[in-house]
Amino acid sequence: MSEQKGLLERLRRGLRRTQEAFLGPLEDLLGSPRMDSGLLEELEELLITADIGVITSERILEKLRRDLGRKELSDPRRLRDYLREEIASLLGQVASREPPYPTRPWVVLFLGVNGCGKTTTIGKIAWRHRQEGKKVLLAAADTFRAAAIEQLQIWGKKAGADVVSHRPGADPSAVIFDALKAAKARQMDLLLIDTAGRLHTKRNLMEELRKVKRVIGREATEAPHEVLLVLDATMGSNSLTQAREFHQALGVTGLVLAKLDGTAKGGALIGIVDELKIPVKYLGIGEKLDDLEEFEPESFAEALLIP
Amino acid sequence: MFASLSSKLEQVFKKLRGHGRLSESNIAEALREVRLALLEADVHFLVVKSFLERVKERAVGRDVLSSLTPGQQVIKVVHEELTALMGAKAVQLSLASVPPTAIMLVGLHGSGKTTTAGKLAWLFQREGRRPLLVAADPYRPAAVDQLQALGERLQVEVHHDGTSAVEVCQNALARLRREGFDVLLADTAGRFHIDQELMEELRVIKGLLHPTEVLLVADAMTGQDAVKSASAFDAALGLTGVILTKLDGDARGGAALSIKAVTGKPIKFIGVGEKLDALEVFHPERMASRILGMGDVLTLVERMEAAIGRERAAEVEQKLREATFTLEDFKAELRQIKKMGPLDQIFSLIPGVSRLQGLPGVELEGRGLVQMEAIIDSMTVKERRNPGIIDGSRRRRIAQGSGTTVAEVNRLLKQFHQIERLMKQFLKGGKAMKMGKGMPPFPNI
Repeated sequence: MSEQKGLLERLRRGLRRTQEAFLGPLEDLLGSPRMDSGLLEELEELLITADIGVITSERILEKLRRDLGRKELSDPRRLRDYLREEIASLLGQVASREPPYPTRPWVVLFLGVNGCGKTTTIGKIAWRHRQEGKKVLLAAADTFRAAAIEQLQIWGKKAGADVVSHRPGADPSAVIFDALKAAKARQMDLLLIDTAGRLHTKRNLMEELRKVKRVIGREATEAPHEVLLVLDATMGSNSLTQAREFHQALGVTGLVLAKLDGTAKGGALIGIVDELKIPVKYLGIGEKLDDLEEFEPESFAEALLIP
Repeated sequence: MFASLSSKLEQVFKKLRGHGRLSESNIAEALREVRLALLEADVHFLVVKSFLERVKERAVGRDVLSSLTPGQQVIKVVHEELTALMGAKAVQLSLASVPPTAIMLVGLHGSGKTTTAGKLAWLFQREGRRPLLVAADPYRPAAVDQLQALGERLQVEVHHDGTSAVEVCQNALARLRREGFDVLLADTAGRFHIDQELMEELRVIKGLLHPTEVLLVADAMTGQDAVKSASAFDAALGLTGVILTKLDGDARGGAALSIKAVTGKPIKFIGVGEKLDALEVFHPERMASRILGMGDVLTLVERMEAAIGRERAAEVEQKLREATFTLEDFKAELRQIKKMGPLDQIFSLIPGVSRLQGLPGVELEGRGLVQMEAIIDSMTVKERRNPGIIDGSRRRRIAQGSGTTVAEVNRLLKQFHQIERLMKQFLKGGKAMKMGKGMPPFPNI
């Protein structure tokens, strides 16, 4: 129970700036006596400022307009509860695929644009599973960015997980081939594969990822078992485009929202989950090994809306 | 670049141009759509608000409504206000009157500071200066390695000695004079602007280095948070400018349009690729033209001349004008065109291109280029000079000869026709754009 509270507390801490941006004005709005078109317009601006995006905001407001008559929303003080429920239900509509590791090794492929926080996220997830006594292997398939391999090795050391790597510039597929072999031979529970950050608009680099995925599938049945897309919470509506493109090319099975410890809002997540029906798995809320939380729609929406 | 914003705005303007006369309600409706397009592009909502107020004030004036081409006039107003929003003029880096110069790069995690430091070093090196890269990031695992790897590639010295970021800078400063470097480029650790301790560290480093430039490196894909972090960095450090990175993706332009407006600090460079030479001087007026789908002929000309030289550029132009540009020329140009950057980027510089629908992905990276050359090599001279004669059976033969498929041959032919068409359109310049008087002229090259 106390742990539960701790989690909410940390989430809130991570989201506190969102609240400042979102709740300050919301409180102002709630103070106003009646719901009118001006209020709705201001509400739209608020949602947009939280990076929820024009289209998703419009959807939420559209529903609000419809519900105005039915529910007792004529009292604007009910508005926050209403919004929290809406956002939580949008975010909670897809269940995440929880791994009790039915297959060994459980292979997870990590994707994302440059600088979104992939390598850091992998370090944290490795550590988390090491804490549960799992055997974790990391594959340094980002052979492109300068010193990406070293960065993963340092995280591996911190987390207590070995790293399979080749020289910079090597073929990522070759690294993965070796990593899969090693993971099987050493009976690893989990293989986490780091890939080079790439903008979703670069066709040839997306094609390279598809090849990487094919190599994994050829070497291990039904692998990769998870394809996690890491998103940067400071990004705006572009995250939706990123998610769309990566999903279309590779079939993303889960999302990780990194860098939620700044003033960023991560509101773009709502539109992504709603459109693509991909579950959110983790939230990154800091730079330390344990700064990773499992995602819960209720706590997220709650932390977003309750001061 | 900013394609989705461009195409939305073009739709709005197309409607405006359709009206012979404009009423206030026509304009109000158009501006509502502009508002939505800007918000969708992540432009900060306060910036959107004040921008629209200014445009509206000017657009509903008597001059506009009574002019013969009111639609054009409104577009002109939007173009001018967009330019103003982004800072009107390109701003150069300022260097110390007596070298050495110190430049500090700051920003959030993953915004691209280290890569940008490498790109700036390349730029200085090309100008014949001797830069020293300083790895003032003792926190992120392998940050120093990353800068060192870039330094090795560029053959630029990298300094990383010291136990703390401040000490590293102190030592670097001592080396700077001793070893006769012209420019010190300090790559600092990524940090959140709410991290008081780390912001204080930056203040100390600034006090130490007396930099002529404190540049914020910001990701162009940043959402509404962009202005918040930029303002916070500015308040704490006094920024001198901004470098926007990752504009080679499909960033919608929010950060580009908001940061200058809110902080008053100019965008000096934009990062347009992962390679070390992919850094461009930011020209607000050209960017406004790009956003409004009017292309950016000046940048295109610069790139073309840099890639294939003035004379060859003129030759290509001549052939295009006379419609004698053949697949042979196309093949000869392939490698040169590639030097100008990714094709989609080049296309975005050509006026009116965002209006062309269904542009297939032209892939000139790696294998794609080899494949295209193989296909052209498998054609007869006659076919190359007159692609019109390439029928089904010729296509099958060409595919077999080049080890490709008929679909791939078809794709290449389609791409050739498209490039041909684009180039023709481009050469027609301003006329094809149907832009009114007062628009920036499109020079013929």
